[in-house]
Amino acid sequence: MEHYISLATKAMFVENILLAYFLGMCSFLAISKKIDTSIGLGFAVVFVLTITAPANWAIHNYFLQDSALAWAGFPDVDLSFLNFIVFIAVIAAIVQLVEMILDKFSPTLYYNLGIFLPLIAVNCSILGGSLFLVEREYTLLESTVFGFGSGMGFFLAIVSMASIRHRLRYSNVPAKLRGLGITMLLTGLLSMAFMAFSGIDL
Amino acid sequence: MGLLEKKSKQAFTDPLSANNPITLQVLGICSALAVTVKMDTAVVMTLAVVAVLSISNTLISLLRNLIPGKVRIIVQLSIIASLVIFTDQILKAYFYDISKQLTVFVGLIITNCIVMGRAEAFAMQNSPGKSFLDGLGNALGYGGILIVVSFFREILGSGTIYGFQIIPDSAYAAGYENMGLMSLSPGAFIILGLIVWVHRISVDIEEE
Repeated sequence: MEHYISLATKAMFVENILLAYFLGMCSFLAISKKIDTSIGLGFAVVFVLTITAPANWAIHNYFLQDSALAWAGFPDVDLSFLNFIVFIAVIAAIVQLVEMILDKFSPTLYYNLGIFLPLIAVNCSILGGSLFLVEREYTLLESTVFGFGSGMGFFLAIVSMASIRHRLRYSNVPAKLRGLGITMLLTGLLSMAFMAFSGIDL
Repeated sequence: MGLLEKKSKQAFTDPLSANNPITLQVLGICSALAVTVKMDTAVVMTLAVVAVLSISNTLISLLRNLIPGKVRIIVQLSIIASLVIFTDQILKAYFYDISKQLTVFVGLIITNCIVMGRAEAFAMQNSPGKSFLDGLGNALGYGGILIVVSFFREILGSGTIYGFQIIPDSAYAAGYENMGLMSLSPGAFIILGLIVWVHRISVDIEEE
């Protein structure tokens, strides 16, 4: 149990997918202007990452990995070069599916996540999460915990950034630094703050 | 004809500075920062993006009248993903060490907004030749920023350029120390933020 808690905190704080691995920067920069929308996107990422991580783990381990197809009678087949295209297709399909299920069973949540769900299919942090779990050879449970932790990390980072940018409206930023420039500098400071968690091991 | 030539030339030169994909269009930042600790990884990443972006733009532009509007995203994604797999296999075969250092970031070219963004914004409306130039120009504009960021991070963070030691031993003996922060992620954000600032002053553009 402790192992999983430690893995989740690590993914959330120490190895924050956004601030330490730079994944999902594009949507982070575009969506962090307002707090409400950033909370919406944050939840959508947590949701989708927690589902896609174990799904892609299963596909990698039972279909694509070297000699993974032994159960089907092809022990020598190595399809791991197909990882990228299969993962992105799975992510796109799951996002579509989640959208349809939410629309049917929880219209409020669907309405709140709204336009962010389709955008997530091309968010680097989702594909990055799946690629990391292959790279680090996680087990099924570890992948799920890692997916959830990374999603929460993204959520925390984007909501804190939106709050900082909200306060920033009242400050006098040099004209040419406004927008992307100041946001990058702030992200640097935020990332330094998150680095304070490094070395924590539960 | 003169006008046409000028337009194709613009498709190539604009993204190099005046409409740079990273500093002005804000595309492709995800991978721009992670691979810039050392210059050699930045150069390889630039070459990979040049290859993927120019070929994907050409292919998508060739197919632009055949792709149905509703499923265009998935068609574009599969073209891009196939090209990325191809690039990744070449890197693994010929530059194994560097491909190990780049880890998942070659794969992440698929979701790099710059490739999708140019396909949507340019290749779907323009001829293959122009789309090729646009892809090449954007990839080089992207690579240019990557190389500038990695130059500063490498020289400040480890005192080397492209792996060769630049800061002399005598400086270290006199008490100079490498700035470890530059090798870590905050360094990338801060250097890029400063580059954006300088670049926007030089091309005289401001947001809002």
